[in-house]
Amino acid sequence: MADFRQNTKTLSSETYIELNNVSKRYKNFKAVDELSLKVFKGDIYGFLGPNGAGKSTSIRMMLSLIKPSGGSIKLFGKDLAHNRYQTLNRIGALIEKPDFYKYLTARENLEILGKIGNVTDLTSKIDETLELVGLRDRSESKVKTFSQGMKQRLGIAQSLLHDPDMIILDEPANGLDPQGQKEMRHLIQRINVERGLTILISSHILPEIEQLSNRMVIINKGKSVVEGNVQELLNEGEMKVSFFVDDVAKAIQAITTSGLASSLAESDDEKIILTIEQERIAEVNRFLVNNETAVSAIKPLRSLEEYFINITTA
Amino acid sequence: MKSLNTLIRIELFKIFKKGRTYIGFGAIFLIIIAIQAGIHFEGQNLFDFIMQQLDQNFQFEGNVINGYLITYLVLNTLWIHVPILVALVTGDLIAGEANSGTFRLLMTRPISRTKLLIAKFLAGWTYTVLLILFMILIGMGGGLLFFGKGDLMVFKDSINFFSASELPWRFFAAFAYGTLSMTVVAALAFMLSSFAENSIGPIIGTVAIIIGITIISTIGFSLMKPVNPWLFTTYLPGWQSFFEFELDKAKILRSVLVQVAYLVLFLGVTFYHFRKKDILS
Repeated sequence: MADFRQNTKTLSSETYIELNNVSKRYKNFKAVDELSLKVFKGDIYGFLGPNGAGKSTSIRMMLSLIKPSGGSIKLFGKDLAHNRYQTLNRIGALIEKPDFYKYLTARENLEILGKIGNVTDLTSKIDETLELVGLRDRSESKVKTFSQGMKQRLGIAQSLLHDPDMIILDEPANGLDPQGQKEMRHLIQRINVERGLTILISSHILPEIEQLSNRMVIINKGKSVVEGNVQELLNEGEMKVSFFVDDVAKAIQAITTSGLASSLAESDDEKIILTIEQERIAEVNRFLVNNETAVSAIKPLRSLEEYFINITTA
Repeated sequence: MKSLNTLIRIELFKIFKKGRTYIGFGAIFLIIIAIQAGIHFEGQNLFDFIMQQLDQNFQFEGNVINGYLITYLVLNTLWIHVPILVALVTGDLIAGEANSGTFRLLMTRPISRTKLLIAKFLAGWTYTVLLILFMILIGMGGGLLFFGKGDLMVFKDSINFFSASELPWRFFAAFAYGTLSMTVVAALAFMLSSFAENSIGPIIGTVAIIIGITIISTIGFSLMKPVNPWLFTTYLPGWQSFFEFELDKAKILRSVLVQVAYLVLFLGVTFYHFRKKDILS
């Protein structure tokens, strides 16, 4: 995972998705409220928000399934409303649960979508994508016999069939067990690395986004709450940090006398946990060592989940 | 046009891969075979019973129970059922995709909504035509094969006799007219399908509209009398006009025009609505 996320900065300045003040109103209800975001080439962009925040509506507007009530959407630098065919041809998508023609085989489903997408050399393309998602040996099976995980993988396969530059995945791990979620995560990583695809992924499984994404937006009640680099956002402000020490009592005494007492959140037999800003971690470490307390490990405890809850309930 | 052809082929592929598509063909086959078997075994007795009164005034010669009579009886029986069978498939064309969630799969591809609708309707229309051709094949083809040719006697206001030589064009015209009527039914089911999220509603809705309006019109409320000439349901049995001794061309033309107007209306509403529709399913 460390290799995969070593470059957590924006990978390119070329904008693939740009939403400017996009809104969607249903009578008196605003599902999306002046949402703005940017996805750059090469990003794995996390799209986060609680249930009903407007994620799926936003994604459907990006794919022209839903017409926005206001604002503008640009894909690959072109206005979606006037360049629908050119832009959609460069995008693969899996929206919510992957539904297929259940009475057709996996291959027949992909043939239909490939023909619509003007895919050349369709047979070998289908074999290639089914191989990638591990469904080659089930290509002649009817989709109604597939498990949820297999349907999700077939959903990924159809999104890749026409060699898109970007794929949009709406809850790709929905309904999968932990093992299935892990396999899906690895598959998405492979696609990003091997095919160099830009990926926008919406999910409510926060560790998934934390492990996959380099940039993200969190939306709530249809509005963008925060957007930026995942690691930078997680390291922003105060966070809980565990210091694993050889003598917990001594460490607590040192912390109490240092004026950091208010930051002491909790402790147990092997560690103390402080609520401090990231910039102060090194300072505290030095202080403990200078007070003859050996520090064997330092572990920031802020997870995306904690960050998400703080942001969306603020 | 190439991509429209591709879309039509895809839609036909989907229609004919579905089990429900064959319910119509199976039902028509069974009903026609039942009619033909019934006439084979009981037809002469039934005919003799009906003709008891007429025998005193007319002398019947030749093959009275023939393939044309079978076809005419089949038409009379099946024009009640065929709209249901047509709606079964055409009512599912849009709503079925919405219900199964495959619309969002299709619509995220670079595909024109208008072209998709055209392809879907033409595929549904092809199914309708094939259903009617199947009816001709089994009903008329089977009837002529097993019962032979002969003159046709039709009771409609009065007794009309048609010689075997003029019957092919009359049946051809009746089937062509019937195809137009069933196309209107298909368009109605297609329109309802564009408003629905599952296919049960459009199928039942189509049948309910046809039966409901027909019953109200037939009961003959005085309020309905001025409206009846403008209802498409009034003209669904209009194929029988081709079995009147003197063709009422003005009446037939009016029937065709009213039905074409409804066809344009139903398709117009469908296209207008679907092009603006948010794909939420």
